Amino acid sequence: MEKNEISPSIEILIIGGSAGSFEVLLQIVPSLKLDIKFAVLIVLHRKNNSNISIADLFSKKTAIPVFECEDKDNLLPGNIYFAPPDYHLLIEKDRTVCLDYSEKENYSRPAIDITFKSASDIYKEKTAAILLSGANRDGADGLKYISQNYGTTIVQDPKEAEISTMPKEALKIFEPDYVLRSKDIIALINSF
Amino acid sequence: MITADVVGDEDLELLLTEVASVYGYDFTEYSKASIKRRINRICLIDKHKSFAELRYKVLNDQSYLSRFIEEVTVNVTEMFRDPTFYKTLKEKIIPQLGVNPFIKIWLAGCSTGEEVYSISILLHEANLAHKAIIYATDINPTVLEKAKTGIYPINYMKFYTENYQNSGGTEDFSNYYSANYDHVSFREYLRKNIIFSTHNLVSDRSFNEFQLIICRNVLIYFDKVLQDKVFNLFDGSLETLGYLALGSKETIRFSNLNQTYKQIEKEKIWKKTR
Ligand SMILES: C[S@@+](CC[C@H](N)C(=O)[O-])C[C@H]1O[C@@H](n2cnc3c(N)ncnc32)[C@H](O)[C@@H]1O
Repeated sequence: MEKNEISPSIEILIIGGSAGSFEVLLQIVPSLKLDIKFAVLIVLHRKNNSNISIADLFSKKTAIPVFECEDKDNLLPGNIYFAPPDYHLLIEKDRTVCLDYSEKENYSRPAIDITFKSASDIYKEKTAAILLSGANRDGADGLKYISQNYGTTIVQDPKEAEISTMPKEALKIFEPDYVLRSKDIIALINSF
Repeated sequence: MITADVVGDEDLELLLTEVASVYGYDFTEYSKASIKRRINRICLIDKHKSFAELRYKVLNDQSYLSRFIEEVTVNVTEMFRDPTFYKTLKEKIIPQLGVNPFIKIWLAGCSTGEEVYSISILLHEANLAHKAIIYATDINPTVLEKAKTGIYPINYMKFYTENYQNSGGTEDFSNYYSANYDHVSFREYLRKNIIFSTHNLVSDRSFNEFQLIICRNVLIYFDKVLQDKVFNLFDGSLETLGYLALGSKETIRFSNLNQTYKQIEKEKIWKKTR
């Protein structure tokens, strides 16, 4: 299911994940080449545990600078950002972060759908997005929306995903550009 | 399914400008990304099929205004949200406030009151409530009415009790309310030292001087220019050596207050040094 045409230059890569995706990120993040030309934004369903800093945790695994977003932070190319727990994350035209503490969507805050939609509205065809393992259907609609706006869409192969519900929900409603296992996801990102 | 927005960027500008001139509620300096999402959400929920339809309703139906404001100004809140924040308040800030003969606190953007009852509980536990007064304000009169009742769904209490305990609370949390069927009422004495009032951070001025100002998860809805104005309002309303507390992902880093305020540990609490 690989696409042959050359993908347009990517300005942002968003990775959405829920249950079972943390381990996948622990494979992906350390394998990213250090001079990535785009911002990487990771939206993960996780507990609001303020004792552990996810940015510190991942900083130990890569030389790419890793941050957990605060309100109004700039999303700069070459960095990795995590959405903070318990806020939705939207993006402004000037590529700054806009946090929102409103109702959960798909029983989730942050909701992957919300960030996917927002990014697609701002970065249009220069958006790339990956949907990983998870137990609900958050992210499916947003990924389809990105695809409709000519962004690049990737779904983790349900056969590999620890919990395949989330990838499967996406595959039910549209055909993404790629359905890949983690090692191929890494190779693809490094080719952007 | 996610569909393209009914209300685009230019529509948004137009509507917000008109709402400001017709009703005096100025949302033109709110964060674009989130207010745009809220307004498109209203269109989805209330089934406005076009921008024109929404605009007509908002500008011609006065009774729809409160619905509009309620949706635009997100009012989600919790008791003892971010337990470590409350822990720091309890251990580091409130004892400091206690040295004053009289304690004045401003809680801006109090929504339906969960936060202000949490603070009131801390003051009672520190035996300072008798000399404290909390001004709890919000732009939205509807949420304030709810806040005044102190009535909340009973099924949230398990979660709030956990938050309370994680913040260092050692009392039996259920002593603070009485339960009736599906809801609870927080005790009258917790309300005694609270004054509820409308106050719009965009257009209203300073009304007192405080030793502690708490404004959490409100500034995320404002753009940087408006944030700066509100920071100045807070600065003008805070005594020297007073404290400013913000939401867990908000910061004064981008503002000129950064020079004269000192952060307390890692929490989003700053002390005004001069
Ligand atoms: C997300 S709630 C935060 C509630 C609470 N402080 C917390 O952190 O849980 C935001 C609140 O800010 C209020 N608000 C929005 N714009 C405002 C303004 N211009 N002036 C005063 N309050 C405002 C809203 O009505 C809402 O109750």
